[in-house]
Amino acid sequence: MKSHILQIAAARLLPVTILLSLLVFYRGHNEPGGGFIGGLMASAGFIFYAMAFDTAEAEKKLRVSPLYLIVTGLSLAFLSTLPALFMGNPFFTGEWISIYLPFEAKLKLGTPMLFDLGVYFTVWGIMLTVIFNVMEE
Amino acid sequence: MILPALPALIPLITIIFLLMNFRRREWQPWIGLTGALLQLVLAVYLAVHIKSHGILVLHTGNWEAPFGITLVIDSFSSFMLILTGIIAVSISIYSIEAIDRQRQSFFFYPMVHGLLMGVNGAFVTGDIFNLYVWFEVMLMSSFVLITLGGEKKQLNGAIKYVTLNLVSSMLFLAGIGLLYGKTGTLNMADLALKMSLAENNILLNTSAVLFFVAFSIKSAIFPFFFWLPASYHTPPVAITALVAGLLTKVGVYAMIRFYTLFFVQDQLFWHPLFLWIGGFTMVVGVLTAASQYDMRKILSFHIISQIGYMIMGLGIFTVAGIAGAIFYMGHNIIAKTNTFLVAGLINRVKGSYDLKSIGGLYKTHPFLAILFIIPAFGLAGIPPLSGFFGKLVLISAGFSAGEYVISFVALAVGLFTLFSMVKIWNEAFWKAQPDDKLTEAPKDEKLPFSMVLPVVLLGLLTLTMGFAVKPILSFAMDAATQLLNPHIYIEAVLGNSINPEIQ
Repeated sequence: MKSHILQIAAARLLPVTILLSLLVFYRGHNEPGGGFIGGLMASAGFIFYAMAFDTAEAEKKLRVSPLYLIVTGLSLAFLSTLPALFMGNPFFTGEWISIYLPFEAKLKLGTPMLFDLGVYFTVWGIMLTVIFNVMEE
Repeated sequence: MILPALPALIPLITIIFLLMNFRRREWQPWIGLTGALLQLVLAVYLAVHIKSHGILVLHTGNWEAPFGITLVIDSFSSFMLILTGIIAVSISIYSIEAIDRQRQSFFFYPMVHGLLMGVNGAFVTGDIFNLYVWFEVMLMSSFVLITLGGEKKQLNGAIKYVTLNLVSSMLFLAGIGLLYGKTGTLNMADLALKMSLAENNILLNTSAVLFFVAFSIKSAIFPFFFWLPASYHTPPVAITALVAGLLTKVGVYAMIRFYTLFFVQDQLFWHPLFLWIGGFTMVVGVLTAASQYDMRKILSFHIISQIGYMIMGLGIFTVAGIAGAIFYMGHNIIAKTNTFLVAGLINRVKGSYDLKSIGGLYKTHPFLAILFIIPAFGLAGIPPLSGFFGKLVLISAGFSAGEYVISFVALAVGLFTLFSMVKIWNEAFWKAQPDDKLTEAPKDEKLPFSMVLPVVLLGLLTLTMGFAVKPILSFAMDAATQLLNPHIYIEAVLGNSINPEIQ
């Protein structure tokens, strides 16, 4: 039995949770937050959606299989270790670049952030793979 | 500098490729095999590199030694990495045919490589908390592998396996906490340095005991071995062979590493304890094995018994003793995996692991009999196979260290091992097939090449370790010398800046 109210709520909440998870992910850079918790939040949005509709519908909304989220995450985490090697530093050294945006804003990007993004995607993917499998049974 | 990180990175990259091609089931074994081969090649290269360049150290993230995570590969680590590579390749070949389609397409290969990543990571790390993390990586994968397929008896065995291993992880973590609270460092070399200065402290002893219990559970030592025979015979034999060959030995590796590098203060307490526990482990394992009739159970109990020999080597604590333990580990990983793989072949032909319902294999499959004889008699310690030399080194080290009781126990246990192996031989190969007990299970008279090949290769390795015992033993001697002179390790990690008085 599907509740119509729940379905509407879930559909509206999904983009909000994703946005919030990205915010938490970015905040984790210097303050509490980060890839792990962000990944959990992103998956919470989709799990709520899957509860309101069903897992097939949620997977359709996701467009790709959660498995590819894991692949993306692991690849990003692995790639984040490589720039250090090209810079002649030991494996896993954090490398940073600053991008100057208009209005005197500055965006610092670095390999730790890329690694964290990898964590975000991996956690997101694994949570969805596990929960969808359990829900389908 | 990425070399010391590669043993853990190669399985990770393999996992990425495996998941990318998740839908192409027929590609999975080949990607897995490529990853395993790369790992073996790398391990051999690392061993050669260490031989000429000394201990390989990498401070990840450019953090100096006591602060960041340090990866260290010495002779002992590289020896274990080579063994892991060998097992990875053989299991990858064996599982092409031995693992059913359904398991193959449900994360079998990614999990195998996850396990290998954990095992390799545990061998290369020089940081105790990082070691804990690699243990967890390894255990998570093994949980999935042991329950993969979800048969009732698998889940039944897995509950015991998971519970006891979680308890052991908790004790491990508690030990790390105490040690960190006391010394303020997690780096193994730094710990060794700080603890050699610390006075005999109750916190250090407590954490030493916690580590001992944690590793005892993981390596299935008396009296903590109950989970092993309860769970190892339930999954498909390729998975059993993988976990049986590698997992318990990682526990033994950690124990040898810890009790040669930094828990070296209370030798009068620890070494007799190791000898006692080693003796009990051997005897209890081998006696319980003798009463079993399921081939996989017999072999599982023998894992326990043979762990006892390695602990005995640690208890003797001379270069010869530790070298014997390392050599024995090498022999055991190869021969033990191989006996499980042969049991799988027998099951393939006869459709059963129960010795009571099979027989007459010598008549129909004489080649299989030879394949069984090599690892089985190797385990029992018949010359000129590898187990003989392993036991020889250990027992002569025991005699020259004046530990007569344990040496006689080890000799006697060898006889009982022979008894169990001869029992399998008699029941499975020699006696006639009991007519009334023909099993209903589908039988496959012709064995697939991919299942026989790894058995042959591992058998050849057992023979090689017996015939070319000298270079391998001298490698083990090198490793043991390094382990018993911890200042080599400490200097390699922390640089030459340490106070010479401390050494």
